[in-house]
Amino acid sequence: MRYLPLTPQDRADMLGVIGAESIDELFVDVPAVARRAGVVDLPLHAGELEVEREMLALSRRNRSASEGPFFVGAGAYRHHVPATVDHIIQRSEFLTSYTPYQPEIAQGTLQVLFEFQTQVAALTGMEVANASLYDGSTATAEAVMMATRVTRRGKAVLSGGVHPHYVGTVETLAHAAGVATERLAAAIDAEDAVIAAIDADTACVVVQTPNVFGTATDVTKIAQAAQAAGALLIVVTTEAVSFGLLKSPGEMGADIVVAEGQSIGNGLNYGGPYVGLFACKEKYVRQAPGRLCGETVDADGKRGFVLTLSTREQHIRRDKATSNICTNSGLCALAFSIHMSLLGEKGLRRLALVNHQKAVALRDALAAVPGVEILTPRFFNEFAIRLPVNAAEVVETLAANGVIAGVPFSRLEPGAGLDDVLLVAATETTPDLDITIFAKTLTKVLAR
Amino acid sequence: MSMNTVGRPTRPEVAVNDYIHPTLTGARGLLQDEALIFELDCWDKTGVDLPDAPPADDLGDLVRTAPIGLPGLSEPEAVRHYVRLSQKNHAIDLALYPLGSCTMKHNPRLNEKVARLPGFADIHPLQPQSTVQGAIELMDRLAHWLKTLTGMPAVALSPKAGAHGELCGLLAIRAAHEAAGNGHRKTVLAPTSAHGTNPATAAFCGYTVVEIAQTDDGRVDLADLESKLGDHVAAIMVTNPNTCGLFERDVVEIARLTHAAGAYFYCDGANFNAIVGRVRPGDLGVDAMHINLHKTFSTPHGGGGPGAGPVVLSAALAPFAPTPWVVSRDFGFKLVEEAEGPAAQAFGRMSAFHGQMGMFVRAYAYMLSHGADGLRQVAEDAVLNANYIKARLSDLMSPAFPNGPCMHEALFDDAWLEGTGVTTLDFAKAMIDEGFHPMTMYFPLVVHGAMLIEPTETESKQELDRFITALRALAGAAKGGEVDRFKGAPYHAPLKRLDETLAARKPRLRWKPVAVAPLAAE
Amino acid sequence: MKFTKDHEWVEVEGDIATVGVTGYAAEQLGDVVFVEVPEVGKTVKQGEGLAVVESVKAASDVYAPVSGEVVEANGQLSDAPETVNAVPEAGGWFAKIKLSNPAELDALMDRTAYEAFLSTL
Repeated sequence: MRYLPLTPQDRADMLGVIGAESIDELFVDVPAVARRAGVVDLPLHAGELEVEREMLALSRRNRSASEGPFFVGAGAYRHHVPATVDHIIQRSEFLTSYTPYQPEIAQGTLQVLFEFQTQVAALTGMEVANASLYDGSTATAEAVMMATRVTRRGKAVLSGGVHPHYVGTVETLAHAAGVATERLAAAIDAEDAVIAAIDADTACVVVQTPNVFGTATDVTKIAQAAQAAGALLIVVTTEAVSFGLLKSPGEMGADIVVAEGQSIGNGLNYGGPYVGLFACKEKYVRQAPGRLCGETVDADGKRGFVLTLSTREQHIRRDKATSNICTNSGLCALAFSIHMSLLGEKGLRRLALVNHQKAVALRDALAAVPGVEILTPRFFNEFAIRLPVNAAEVVETLAANGVIAGVPFSRLEPGAGLDDVLLVAATETTPDLDITIFAKTLTKVLAR
Repeated sequence: MSMNTVGRPTRPEVAVNDYIHPTLTGARGLLQDEALIFELDCWDKTGVDLPDAPPADDLGDLVRTAPIGLPGLSEPEAVRHYVRLSQKNHAIDLALYPLGSCTMKHNPRLNEKVARLPGFADIHPLQPQSTVQGAIELMDRLAHWLKTLTGMPAVALSPKAGAHGELCGLLAIRAAHEAAGNGHRKTVLAPTSAHGTNPATAAFCGYTVVEIAQTDDGRVDLADLESKLGDHVAAIMVTNPNTCGLFERDVVEIARLTHAAGAYFYCDGANFNAIVGRVRPGDLGVDAMHINLHKTFSTPHGGGGPGAGPVVLSAALAPFAPTPWVVSRDFGFKLVEEAEGPAAQAFGRMSAFHGQMGMFVRAYAYMLSHGADGLRQVAEDAVLNANYIKARLSDLMSPAFPNGPCMHEALFDDAWLEGTGVTTLDFAKAMIDEGFHPMTMYFPLVVHGAMLIEPTETESKQELDRFITALRALAGAAKGGEVDRFKGAPYHAPLKRLDETLAARKPRLRWKPVAVAPLAAE
Repeated sequence: MKFTKDHEWVEVEGDIATVGVTGYAAEQLGDVVFVEVPEVGKTVKQGEGLAVVESVKAASDVYAPVSGEVVEANGQLSDAPETVNAVPEAGGWFAKIKLSNPAELDALMDRTAYEAFLSTL
């Protein structure tokens, strides 16, 4: 077996040193009822060639985004990731290291985290950011829990624009923790509606911009209303590239900002691993979940970085920790940080503009398709359209014709009564020709 | 003859061995001093070529006008920045990384290669299921392997790491109790030696944690467990093999007592790598167990993640598993994303999508490579390596539980350091100077000055011997009074010991554009 | 000054008790990096959590040695948590509590008894 260095002679010699007759003696504590004599009923070991062949065969039964027209977003976005990013994250020293618990021999990872935290704080317009969470949805749930700790209140109000899967993730955790949630009905342009739902028990309001229908919103008034009522404003963003074009949540008064960072540096990967961005006002940082990297000095007075404020975390605070998270998304955060460094402010702003331009072109093309109604008033790179027929069926038909058209809203929230709504996205990776093909194919399908 | 007049000496001159000096640049040979990206004065650069685009006038006031504050690097600068930083990290590819409980084993590169196939890496979680049948089938096959290896009937794939898996398992338990009218059960029992994630997760679910005592031989105290079980207990959380590196001999009885009290048995599966292929948790009476794919099935740790924490479930808990899950149909594979009809007992969803597909691909390739026989060998070699280390160090260091074999990790306490003036921390830092990553220290909490060594199965006997020789020499130095070797260690790492007190008292969590005085120790 | 077995001290002037942790506790904690003092107006019962004191590697609850209402908290500790290490039984006090049951003081140890207790640890 190519991954196992011990030879039969090594094993025999080592058992001799230990003073055991056989390997079975080392498993003597296993109850007899659970000792298995032979191998389990699964295939035996295979060579690299055979494994690669089998994996390749499985992969070929998936239609990748690069194979043709592709307009899917709704929480994960296809962007071009520079080759440098994947090269660097595969360096042994980043790929095969652990959480930086020994800072003297982990300054590489720690400095990257410090830079990552600074980049995320700048993007979101917040004072501090953590070293990443699993993804945007779990980060949203963590933010809601944090707001209940900060305010000592027990209710979260979620707008009708928050991604339904994020709502589901929040509800799972809130239910377990005894936190009430009030989710307003799904609506294209309704972030402001949360203001009316704020009451004296509201710990936080959760709004998303651009929201799941793509609508971009200035949340300044919501922030003021929430804070006047003693609640926190949590702003969710599922498309991190939008930070390059739209006013940051921090500028609009957010208390906590969470985002899905996949768009920068990370591929689609069929849903994971992604990287949850988490930023907040500095005064709340001791209630924040996850790891934090901080600056300090070594015994010689040289600058260095360490994990800090760890008493919030599970390995010290145990049942009183701010979160149970341990492993986070370190390598995805590294990919994010490298891509962000390559882009710089200049590149990010340009990338964001190109995305918006592509989406505008897509809107114009689809608006010309008979029967299609554009629903989203202001958007970044994604918007909702209404079709004259069931959107899920149209998506299947278009897929059969080589066009991956987008996400029917009914797939995210079957009971919302929005079966005719389709979410479509365009990015810098969308060729103009594909937009034309999409519009033409949709025209044909709807004409049937 | 023609003369060489250049004068390049070809032998070293007599060396001045004691000449220690700071370099003029801060670099040390291959080790470069590297500033933060924010200090490189590159605010107006980019390493990405993009076309021009018109301004987004249609967005009016929504457009961000104020500076963001992000530096940009050209590609060569970026490569250099990150390569320089990388060289300040220890890595499993460099040397032994014996962090107990963390399972730092070799990460096969084939797994990285296949995870990057466009058919896995470039597919969207919400594209039509008819266009990703290979991906869903891979999830189904991974589920089959996990269920077969654990002897459990169901698995939830979506949890994103071990702690997320614990959350998933406890939420299924909670849902099962609520469905049975037992919502009043609000206590979770866990040993003092448990991972911090256990009590943290239980508390997150609204449970009160009560600790179970441990016997002198490092196992759950059955009498104490029995006295604490009752109608108020929802579950026990027990790690097996446990955090002391020992198999819970009485695990079957633990399960029986737990079930008799109407509670569920959550097993923390962080140490499944010690028994994979040899013991099925389903045969031990476990109701739920997470499997860290980044430990047992060797997806890379990546400096802190990502991981993946699928949870296997017993028949009693299976109906409460979260969405989504895979079903096999005549026309292919289907991912059930919304719980409906008979499956409506699902407790909800753990995250936005279906889990860590990138980790599923790597773990499945790892499984195929090893096969049923190779996985069994993984457990055997991991246990053999740990026992070999224990056997060869026990005369100099004090094993916490000397009697009987350990599993995949060898645990020592600091009794052997008494009177030397050297602490566990000092010893760990001196290991850095010798080229090894320290073992896990001060965990588990039940052992004083704990040193938990997990070599894993991917270390050769030669590397183990090298490690053992180094540790024996260090132990000799500690006992021989060479205190300076330890107190100031590490001397040869990129930095000396860092001031964690200063970091916590004056938190600087980001670079700031305004000039700030350098931090200085108080 | 009176002491508890959990290493809190209490000094009473009139009906106001000043509360802190003992020198022994401060030494055991190591470098204190953060103190979470109670809000003024909070009422506490004897033995309940009053404050949290953090070192780099531990977070410890400080229990109220007496019952009553918190009338003042030591705000200086947020900027200078090291005061707890420097002068634990003076400037490193955590809170002042208006006693609701002065009889509770009778059961606490005096310094001689506390030092005898320490010698048993």
